Amino acid sequence: MSVLSPVPPPQVPGSEVEVRVVPTGPMPGPLRFLVRALLTLWSNRKARIGLLILSLDILVAVFAPLIAPHSPTATTFAPYQNPSATNWFGTTGNGQDVFSQMVYGARISLLVGITAGAAATLVAVTIGLIAGYRPGVIDEVLSFATNLALVIPGLPLMFILAAYLQSRSVWTIVLVVAFTSWATGARVIRSQASTLRTREFVTSAVFSGEGLFRVVFHEILPNMTSLVAASFFGAATAAVMAEASLEFLGLGDPNTVSWGTILYYAQQQNSLLTGQWVLVFAPGLAIALLAVSFTLINFGVDALSNPRLREK
Amino acid sequence: MRYVVRKVALFLATLWAAITLNFILPRLMPGSPVDAALAKLASSGQPITNAERRAVEIQLGVPHTSLITQYWDYWTSIVHLNFGTSYSFPSETVAQTIGKAAPWTLALVGVTTIVAFIIGTLLGVYAGWRRGKATDTWVTLGATFFAAFPPFWLGLLLLYVFAFKYGWFPIKGGYDPGETPNLSLSFLSSAAYHSVIPALTLAITSLSGWVFGMRNNMINTLGEDYVTFAEANGLRTRTVALLYAARNALLPNVTAFGLSLGAVVGGSVLVEGVFSYPGLGNLLYIAVVNHDFPLMQALFLVISVAMLVTIFIVDLLYVRLDPRVRQ
Repeated sequence: MSVLSPVPPPQVPGSEVEVRVVPTGPMPGPLRFLVRALLTLWSNRKARIGLLILSLDILVAVFAPLIAPHSPTATTFAPYQNPSATNWFGTTGNGQDVFSQMVYGARISLLVGITAGAAATLVAVTIGLIAGYRPGVIDEVLSFATNLALVIPGLPLMFILAAYLQSRSVWTIVLVVAFTSWATGARVIRSQASTLRTREFVTSAVFSGEGLFRVVFHEILPNMTSLVAASFFGAATAAVMAEASLEFLGLGDPNTVSWGTILYYAQQQNSLLTGQWVLVFAPGLAIALLAVSFTLINFGVDALSNPRLREK
Repeated sequence: MRYVVRKVALFLATLWAAITLNFILPRLMPGSPVDAALAKLASSGQPITNAERRAVEIQLGVPHTSLITQYWDYWTSIVHLNFGTSYSFPSETVAQTIGKAAPWTLALVGVTTIVAFIIGTLLGVYAGWRRGKATDTWVTLGATFFAAFPPFWLGLLLLYVFAFKYGWFPIKGGYDPGETPNLSLSFLSSAAYHSVIPALTLAITSLSGWVFGMRNNMINTLGEDYVTFAEANGLRTRTVALLYAARNALLPNVTAFGLSLGAVVGGSVLVEGVFSYPGLGNLLYIAVVNHDFPLMQALFLVISVAMLVTIFIVDLLYVRLDPRVRQ
């Protein structure tokens, strides 16, 4: 996403004075950090809408068995039915309840979005940090790889990778997305790491005898949390869209119930031509809303790292 | 000059890496096309003999030579535009198939990109200038929402409403079946008429990149002293916004051109598939669905090289736009 400005302004350590101080009870460190980050995001209007949509999706995914009125895979209904009192969104050509499929589909889309986003971020952070901290040959090589990954058209590459890897599973999609969506994040993280590298606190850490691993991950990384988060939500958005595209092409596992496979079967069974537009409209809208929620949350993260973009 | 030399060197290195990647990828993958073809044969109940395996290997062009020889052969065939035979279009060479489809995608993606660039940039300038006002909120939220639409899905919906329900536009294809591709007015107007919905689909979904980029650049530029100075001079608002701020804010957006182009090209694969538009995207769609590896590999090569060349040209034009990089 080009939401991020290509080179973020150098971030002064400790500039996040806006961060609200949460009563620090007996919560463990990471949890306290998470709550604080969520509260900060919540104070941004756009991010708040995003968090609301995302929590709704998570609730639907977690409580799918309670919400869905029928089994998503049972072929017990008359096929090609329009929406009715029993089948709120109609039925597929195989006689499955589309509403229940939509509810269960939230699980796969969230799973792919979050794991692929996390995997791509892991790659981006590793490559970006090493390239930014080790100028010279290592940086040149890694930066070249990053630029290469940026200019090679991502979606065609994903299609081809998925077609070559002949296994059809959700994990193939996660792997392919992680392989193709890390570059934007890596570039931003690299430029931030290279400005932080010359700061006094890093120099003093090096002089005090800290090893490479500790300097990079304990001194530099905590100063770019917002960039890492932005990279995650950017990659997660890409992952949700890519999953839908791959499954629509028939490169996903045809036996899982996800929003992408609902679209795939709707296209195979010509749902639009038979007037069953809900079968196309509903999963696409759900995918779009999930992607919107990630992007909106990213606006909040962006505003944290670039004060000029902050809402007054 | 040094900038140009560096750009040329970087372009050649990237080109080499992209073409080599296209050579390595299929060889890295578990399971070969031969195994896939043999699996298909085996599932039809035919016993697989060694001779048959050998026959399939020869048919699919699987070499029994060293990697270096293969790599050399790969380059030779690229230079001669010899990409083998596709399974989906066996009557012509892959180069011919691609050559026929390329102009369609070039026209569709080219026009779409220019339209999206102009509209998106203007919207971004406006949103950045009216930052925090209602217009800004609506433009930003609207662009966020449109960007989240999977392009093929928006294509399906537009197809349903405008082609199927109201019949205003054709349902599929790139031109009227009665026409033959030539440069006559009737053919060109038929082609333009068929491209309206695919182009609209791609333009709507790729608009947001330009809007956000331009809005953020505007906000950064508006904080500069010279803009405040221009305002203090009593210049008209429009003059300050367009001639002072927007002109400079546009520069970083030009470098984002390549990335946006990638999004349009990627989106066009499934959109062309949905509309059966006779371009490269639809070919890739057909190739992937049919596991047509020679066609797939050649298409990926052509698409990557085309993108690299476009980005390279934009980079060179950038020297004309921004004198600072010339030093």
